[in-house]
Order: sequence, then structure tokens, then C-alpha cells
Amino acid sequence: MKFTISWLKEHLDTKKKDKDLIEKLTDVGLEVESFNNISSDLDSFKVAKIVNAEQHPNADRLRICDVDIGEQNTVKVVCGAPNAKKDLLTVYAGPGSIIPKNNMKLSISKIRGVTSYGMLCSESELNLSEESEGITDLKPDNYSDKIGKNFFKNNTEKVFDLSITPNRPDCLGVRGVARDLAAAGAGKLKKISLKNIKKNISQKIKVSITKDKNQGCTIFGSCLVEGVTNKESPQWLKEKILSLGQKPISAIVDITNYVMFDLNRPMHAYDADKIDKEIIVRNSKKGETFEALDNKEYKLDDDMCVISDKSGVLGLGGIIGGTRSGTEINTQNILLESAYFLPRSIRKTSKLLNIDTDAKFRFERGVDPQSIELGLTKAAQLISEICGGKISKFDVQKIDNHEKNKIKFNISLFEKITGFKVKDNEIIEILNDLGFEVSKKKLELDLEIPSWRPDITQPIDIVEEIVRIKGYENIETLNPEKNRIKDTLNKQQKLFHFLQRSVASKGYFETVTWSFTESKINNLFKENLKEIKIVNPISSDLDVLRNSIFSNLTFYLKKNLDRGFKDISLFEIGPIFTDKKPGEQLTVIGAIKSGKIARLNWNEKDRAVDVFDMKKDVVQTLVEAGYNRQGFFIRDKSPSYYHPGKSGSVYLDKDDIEPVAYFGEIHPNIIKKIDIKTEGLVGFEIYLDRLKDNKIKLKDLKSNFEYSDYQKSERDFAFVVDKNFKAQDLIEIISSIDKNLIRSIKIFDIYEGENIPQDKKSIALNVTIQSSEKTLEESDLEKINKLIISTVETKSGAKIRS
Amino acid sequence: MSDIKKIKDEYLNKLEIDLNIESVNQIKTELFGKNGKISNSFKTLGSLPTDERKKFASDLNSIKDELQEKIDSKLQEIETKEINSKLENEKVDVTLPEREFSRGKIHPVSQVIDEISSIFSEIGFSVEEGPDIENEHNNFTALNTPDNHPARDMHDTFYLDNNKELLLRTHTSPVQVRTMLNGKPPFKIIAPGRTYRSDSDQTHSPMFHQVEGLHIDKDINMGHLKGCLNYFIKSFFEVDNIKMRFRPSHFPFTEPSAEVDIGYEMKDGKIVIGEGDKWLEILGCGMVHPNVLKNVKVNPDIYQGYAFGIGIDRLGMLKYGINDLRAFFETDYRWLNHFGFDPLDVPSNYRGLSR
Repeated sequence: MKFTISWLKEHLDTKKKDKDLIEKLTDVGLEVESFNNISSDLDSFKVAKIVNAEQHPNADRLRICDVDIGEQNTVKVVCGAPNAKKDLLTVYAGPGSIIPKNNMKLSISKIRGVTSYGMLCSESELNLSEESEGITDLKPDNYSDKIGKNFFKNNTEKVFDLSITPNRPDCLGVRGVARDLAAAGAGKLKKISLKNIKKNISQKIKVSITKDKNQGCTIFGSCLVEGVTNKESPQWLKEKILSLGQKPISAIVDITNYVMFDLNRPMHAYDADKIDKEIIVRNSKKGETFEALDNKEYKLDDDMCVISDKSGVLGLGGIIGGTRSGTEINTQNILLESAYFLPRSIRKTSKLLNIDTDAKFRFERGVDPQSIELGLTKAAQLISEICGGKISKFDVQKIDNHEKNKIKFNISLFEKITGFKVKDNEIIEILNDLGFEVSKKKLELDLEIPSWRPDITQPIDIVEEIVRIKGYENIETLNPEKNRIKDTLNKQQKLFHFLQRSVASKGYFETVTWSFTESKINNLFKENLKEIKIVNPISSDLDVLRNSIFSNLTFYLKKNLDRGFKDISLFEIGPIFTDKKPGEQLTVIGAIKSGKIARLNWNEKDRAVDVFDMKKDVVQTLVEAGYNRQGFFIRDKSPSYYHPGKSGSVYLDKDDIEPVAYFGEIHPNIIKKIDIKTEGLVGFEIYLDRLKDNKIKLKDLKSNFEYSDYQKSERDFAFVVDKNFKAQDLIEIISSIDKNLIRSIKIFDIYEGENIPQDKKSIALNVTIQSSEKTLEESDLEKINKLIISTVETKSGAKIRS
Repeated sequence: MSDIKKIKDEYLNKLEIDLNIESVNQIKTELFGKNGKISNSFKTLGSLPTDERKKFASDLNSIKDELQEKIDSKLQEIETKEINSKLENEKVDVTLPEREFSRGKIHPVSQVIDEISSIFSEIGFSVEEGPDIENEHNNFTALNTPDNHPARDMHDTFYLDNNKELLLRTHTSPVQVRTMLNGKPPFKIIAPGRTYRSDSDQTHSPMFHQVEGLHIDKDINMGHLKGCLNYFIKSFFEVDNIKMRFRPSHFPFTEPSAEVDIGYEMKDGKIVIGEGDKWLEILGCGMVHPNVLKNVKVNPDIYQGYAFGIGIDRLGMLKYGINDLRAFFETDYRWLNHFGFDPLDVPSNYRGLSR
């Protein structure tokens, strides 16, 4: 919402300075976005300095100048003036400028093969003098500190630009803004002065509002002005229109716009001679069309509120008029419309047709239904003043009276909500100033709500009115209460927090990427999950919700590889989506690692990252989080985006149905498809929702401290087993022989090759045996030794290697 | 007596000079071996008269101890020397690089969320969460933003179906709805999380982070709201003096509503939060609208309170001098390394929010 100070002062009697008005506007909730001069065509002429001038390669008389225009970079301008030399201070006109002398509009252009961004101007081109020999030569004494500043002084008035929240349609007119300022003590609201206009003729065009279901128009007021001479607007009106940032068109159009911005009362003017007999306000029928004033043809649906005549649709009520009945410069008789349209109807139609106009913007927020005649009076009066003509009696058709709303307000609610007290009298005064009718009944106020405030419907709205006019600075700052209802984090949140930092502490950089991704990449990692399309994606390469964190991680990994990084460790913790209903999402940690371990290291041999790096990070993270390594069960099944032979899944318990994590090398096909070049690419995923809370509390775990001081013994074994026999099974067999004696099992060698049959491998392991009751004798050890060998041989088909 | 004294002096002299281990052992044998001089002297003890014997035995023992001690210290001295000369040959260049270590980083958004949680934890808030996908009801209607409300235009919403029934939440406020529907007052929660709007430029990104705050009880008023946010802003920016301004605004789900500005100034092209004469908008808040309370089955005649919504990314940018919002989500390794935090730097109340 834009307006000049002088416009505001037509409604507000105030001696306040601009600065104080800005502050007051902010204090009452009308945010001032800017306070600048009306922009002028001359603003694009800047004081500039030539910092370098070179000969044009293709033209003897031209020079290429680097010009400092006060911005970060200089601009290149091709110039033919003989005085265009290094260090000259002159006037620069940017692309889009209009040269005062010949009204030529500048554009970026190539001059003899060199692009020139704008122009350096002579005094003659600027209408300063007849001097056209060279470009303007500005005296350094006056201008050297003004580089980049406007050359021409902008003498236009200053314009407020307010950002009006959607609840305040009344402030989409200058008068509404003035009323708020007056209520807040920044001046006095002036009365609207309307001369008594003579309404001698009758309104001959019949108007009717049909009783359609969901009729969007409830009041239609109109008047004829006959015998007008449409023309260019007078200067004062043109200036008002310009200050709004709009272009003046003709007196009649400008007047209807002026009334709209002045009183938040949208008007429409028809060429009365183009109306076929009568005006019918009705619902549209599917398929009806009309050409609107934006020169677009609209095809209507059922039940849109249209203004029509016998020949068809004239316009969309409250949204946009049509070309068929539009006023022109030779229009002689006009029909003025001042109507009320229901916000819901306006919003529905404009959304369907995708039309946004100033009128639509106001009607959808709520225009004062009691301002029909005020609008007609003001517009008709201005038209007859400027364009002449006779004014008809007003015709007002209504299907709803729009009675003012009434509410009862218990004064104590104010202090209950805001925490501070305002005297009853002051409350009443504020409400009166805002246009409320107030009658006090003991502790309660009977309020009649001003018709221009559709946003006020209940007592809490009255609290807001009082507190914003009184000022938020009156609210006391109370010390925060520290009482606690619940623990800060629940178990799952603690786990999230712990795992996040646990993974980062293993050398991974945490990243945060979009929850959406490109379907093409997502498909590589989606498995059997549903693709979840976004109906209106921000761009076509972010068109689906991610089914896996790997899609974005691999995408950004590639970007970093392209930047020259080789050994990268990245992870993200966040949602993946399993379907499109609320809650159909899982929290997952995805981590990837590329390149080598110990690259270019003087004392360690380098190697590519591998599946066991990932297994270590996964297992260590889970163990740190309190899960028991002894219970873990590893399977060699994993999603298809992993290398089928070098990946696995982790189950917290052998009997669990779902794994809590996957780890492994990324499938070579995927690496190829994403076009990643690296020595190794591995990753892991942890599903937080599957990590059941089976932890014993730390305090219980700690208090259970048991150990054995009896002597430990270690024995080494080597078993020859089938090649695909799993180490995990071998360990399981041995450890279950005697859980009390066998304390740990370590695999220290895997051997295939010479002396071993081709389909076999040798697993060498070290077993620690310790009793918690006694020191074991050689015979005890020998017994368990034999038991280990015989059990393994029976259960696994292995042979002890001699 | 003089014999053993002589032996003593002679051998102490011998042991003075530089010797190797073998020579010292040789001396040891000469003195204490089977036929060693001291051993032999002990053998003579028995033949001495009783009165002399005692004195001689005592002298002999002290000489024996003295020599023994000298020999031991000589041996130790030689050993130390030998070890030292051996170690001298084992010297490595300790200026060579240490074994490789890798250092991970926590993303600034996560760090800031932890900072925020830590601050609000101190004044009794707990953390709630909600799904990223929401239905139209929780995101808008229940929050007093019916379908025909122009406020919906302020949110450029991503939809997942053509009926506009399922969407990506445009703010964290639906967590208010879920929390209140699933529980009984009082409520005192914050809800950090991802939010989405189809908007993208230097200061907008299609995904960003918000933290919602909600405190509902019987007598919570705007003074508590001011106090809570005042406490939060001071703690978060770790400055004692900070200018704050509450100004009226509008959100459909709060009434009265406010936006909060903090004072700042520009120093060397950088924003310095605190006292300056410029204002920066950082959050929106207000008293929860009675319609919202009714929608979640809380009686607004008994319960009232405040809610607020803060942009997390923006807070992080202001505190840590990050200029471009989009960089948060672009996974540039250099950026993550520079702006990321050490995982051991867990923000907490007792050891401070940040280093």
C-alpha cells in the first residue's frame, strides 16, 4: 500500500514529523517497508568516473571506457566523445534510461562488435546546455565524492510503502491508515468533505441481482453520469496515481482508481452506451467467455459471479471488467458501479482463473459494505468536476443488509491476556477512535463493530485493538518460569542426538540436504518403496520425496569429487519417505565414504575404503549407543544398491525380522550411472525407528560389576571349512559350547590357497578360556580343547588343520 | 684390619676408572667369589679371639657393604650408559606428521537446534516433533486459516496430491495441533524441524528450519511471552544487552500477534547484534487464538498462552556470520568444514552454549 505524505494529510490533521509517523505506523502494526521519493525517470542518471579508456579495436573515433558508477564492478561503455579520457567525471545513463533531449530509450547494444552498457551523456543530451561537442565534464571539487549518486535531484514527494497484513483491508485505503494513526494519538482524523451533488436525472439502466445459489454479489449500487468529456487527468490526480506506482490512463479510470486507494472502495466505470439494455448480476454458466481489460480471453466455469447484460458477460464482479463495455477517451455516458462481493466467491473465482487485480485483492480481504454510496458520491462528484456531465439518482440493489456485528467485551479480558491494565475510559476512547460504537454496562462493553473491520469477530480481537494502539512497549517483561512438565528429550530424541554426534566423531561431515530429490536418482535407491511425486515441484529435478538418503548424498558426493576432493566422508540424519500420508516416514542415518584410507601417508600403506570400514563404523556406533555386540547378527542380504557380494545387514538380535542397519560397497552399476570416479565408494544406513529401546538403564548396568581373577588361558585353532561357510556361524558354534568358560573368540587369519582344497578356506582363531570359579588345570583345558574341535567338526563339517 | 682396609681402598680405586661390564664382574668375582678376597676374610673370622672377632666382623661387613654398593652403582652406571647410547641410535624424526586422524563435523543447523533446545530446556520446555508431510487440516484449517483465507497465499505450499489434501508442512505450527490433540494442558514445548515452501532465492530456500514454541496454562499472558523470548534471544546470541522490539502483526493462529525485531549495527560489513540503531526481524509470535484452542479441544475460557515461530537457519546465519542461506543445503565440503562444529562441542547449559 503506497501513498504520499500529503495524501495522508488529506485525512489526518497532524504536525508530526515524517520520522515520528513512520514509528507510529510500525507501532500500530502497519509495517513501513520503505519511505522513498517517487521514482523518477531521471534516477537512472548517475555521477560517474572514467577509470580507464582504450581505443576501440574496430573504430578510430570510438573509445571503450571502464566507468565507475559507484557499484562493486565498473561498467563498459563505448563512447565517441573526444574528451572521454581516464579520470574524467561525467554523467552516466544506464540501460533503460530515457535521454531527455530526444526521448530515446537506451538498451544494451553492440557498437562495432563491442558491447556497451549504457551511455555517457553530453550536456546537450541532458538538456543542460547546447554543448554537444563532448561528454559532460563535472568539476572534481563538487562531484568527486558523489560517484554513483543521482545526477538529477529528485524533488518528488516521499512515498510510504506499507506492508498490510491480510486482516486489515481497511488500511488498503489511505483513510484507514489515517484512522489508525489518529487513534494512536498521531493526529486527528478529518471529516470526509463531500459537496452536495445534484442528482437530477434518473438511473435508466435496470440492475438486478439474481437469486442464484451462492450468489457472490450482495449489494450493487450504480449511478449514471451523462454527457461527460473524458480526458487526461489534471496534474494533482496524475501525481496521486504516479505515487501509487501506476500509470495515469484517463480521468475516468484514474478517478475510480483514486477512490479505491483513498477509501478502499473499488469502483468500476462502464461505457453506458455499450451496455445492452440492463445489468444482470448472476452466476456464470460453464463455457461462457469474455475478454477482460487485461486483453485476455477468459473461459468461465459454473457459478462465478459475473456482471452481464442481454448480450452476455460484461465482467467478473469485483475482479476485472471487460473490454466490451470499457470506457474510452470518447466515452460520453458512464455507469458507475459500487458493489459488495463476498470474499469467498472472489477468492474462488480468481484462483481458478489465476487473476490478480487491486480490486480482487481488496474484495477478497473484505471491503466496507456500507461504503457503496460514499464511493458513488465521491467518484461521481470528481467526474462531474473534471469531465462535466449530469449525475443520476443512485440505484442500490441489495440481497443482504450486512448489519454491523455486535460483541460483548468483558474489560478484564484485556489484563488477563496482556498482563497490564488500561483505564476503562482510555479503552473506550481508543475503541471510539477506531470507529466502534461503545456502551458501557458495568464491567462489560457492548460494542458495535465498524463495518470496515471484517477481521473483528470476537473479544480477543478487541484485546488486540487496544494493545496495539496502546503500544506493545507497555507489556511487562516477566522472568521466565522454570517449572518443567516433561523431560526435555524423550528416548528416541536422545538416541537421535547421540547417534548424530557418534557418527560425526568417526570423521564424517554432517550435511543437510533437501527432503526431495530427482526421481531419476531416487529410482536407483528406491527399492520397492512408492514414488512420492510433488504436484508442484520447485524444479523438475527436485520432483519426488526421497525414498533414501543416498540419492542426495551420492549426488553431492559427486559434486565434491568434481571439486577435487578425493577422500570424502559425509552423512545425513533425517527423514526418508515410505508413502505420502503424514507419519509415513522413517528417520535414517545415511553415510558414505569415498577414496582411500591413508592416502599419501609416509608410514602406512594406503588402501581403498572397503566394506569392513563401514561395518566397523556401524557396529561401533551401535555399541556406543548401548546395544550389545554379542547379540548382533549379520546377514549378507542388503538392498540392491549395494554390491551383492560386499555388503550386509545388521540385526540387533538373530530373531529380529528387520535389520537396523545396512553397510557395504555401493553397487558398481550405480557408481557408473551417477558417473562417480573414485577408488572406492562405501556406505551405511541406520534406521532409528527400528532401534528398539531395549537398553537397561545405565545405573542398573553399572551396579552389576562382575569379574574373574582366575588365570586366563588362550588356545589357537585353525579350521578348514567350505569357502562359503560364515565366520559368524563358527564363532556362534564355539561360543555356545560353554558360555561360562569361553570368554572371547578372535579370528586372526583367513587363508585360501596352497595346501588347502580349492573349495575350502582356513579360519584361524584364538579362544580365551577363563573360569569364574577356579584356576583351570591342564586337564580341564585339554577337555575343552577337544570339545571345541569335536563340536566344530560335527556341527560345521570343518576339519582341524594340523 | 689393615688388610681388609687395603683391599677396600685398592678396589674402590679400581672401580673409579671407566670400566666395562666384564671388568666389573671380574672385580666382583675377585672380591666375593668362592675364593674372593672378602669371602676369604670372612672365613678367617672363626679363628679370631672372641673379643677381636666382633669388631672385625663389624668392620668387614661395613667394608663388604661399601664395596657391594660401589659395584652395584658402577653396574647401573654402565647399564644406563649403554642404554643411552643404544637409544641415541634409535632416534626418529618426530617432526614427521602424526598418524592420520579424521575429524568429523556437525552441521550448523544441527548445532543451532541443540543450542536452542539447551536454552529452552533450562526454562522447562520439552521437545516435540511432527511429520514433514501434513494434511491440509493440521497445517491450515486447525490453525484458524480456512481455505478461503488470504493468509494461505503467504505460504507457497508444496502439494502431494491434486486435491491439495496432503502437503509438505509450511511451518512447524502443526506440531502445536498434534501436541494439544494428544495431550492435556498445561503444554510447554518447542518443536524444531524441517519446513517447506516453494520459494527460492538468496534469502529463501524451498526447505528451511523452524522452531515452534508453545506454552499453554491457566494464566500465561503476553508478559510471559516477552520474558521468554527476551531470555532466549539474550542466551542465544550470548550478549547481555540486546535491544528488542515487539510490534503488532498478524498470524491467523495467534491473537494478538507480534513480530519481534532485534537491534543491530553494521561493523566492517558484518552484522553485529545488540545495540545498534537498525532493526532486524527475527520471529513471529502471539497469544494462541481461542479458535485454535477450540479446534484442539482445549477450553479457551480456562486455558491461554503463547506460541512463537523462529527461523533456525536465519538465527544461525546471524550468530555465525553466514551470508547465503542456500549454502546450508549444498553440501560443499569446504563450507561444511568451515562452518561445521566439532561433535564433542555439545551445547549445554553447564559448560556453555558455544566455545
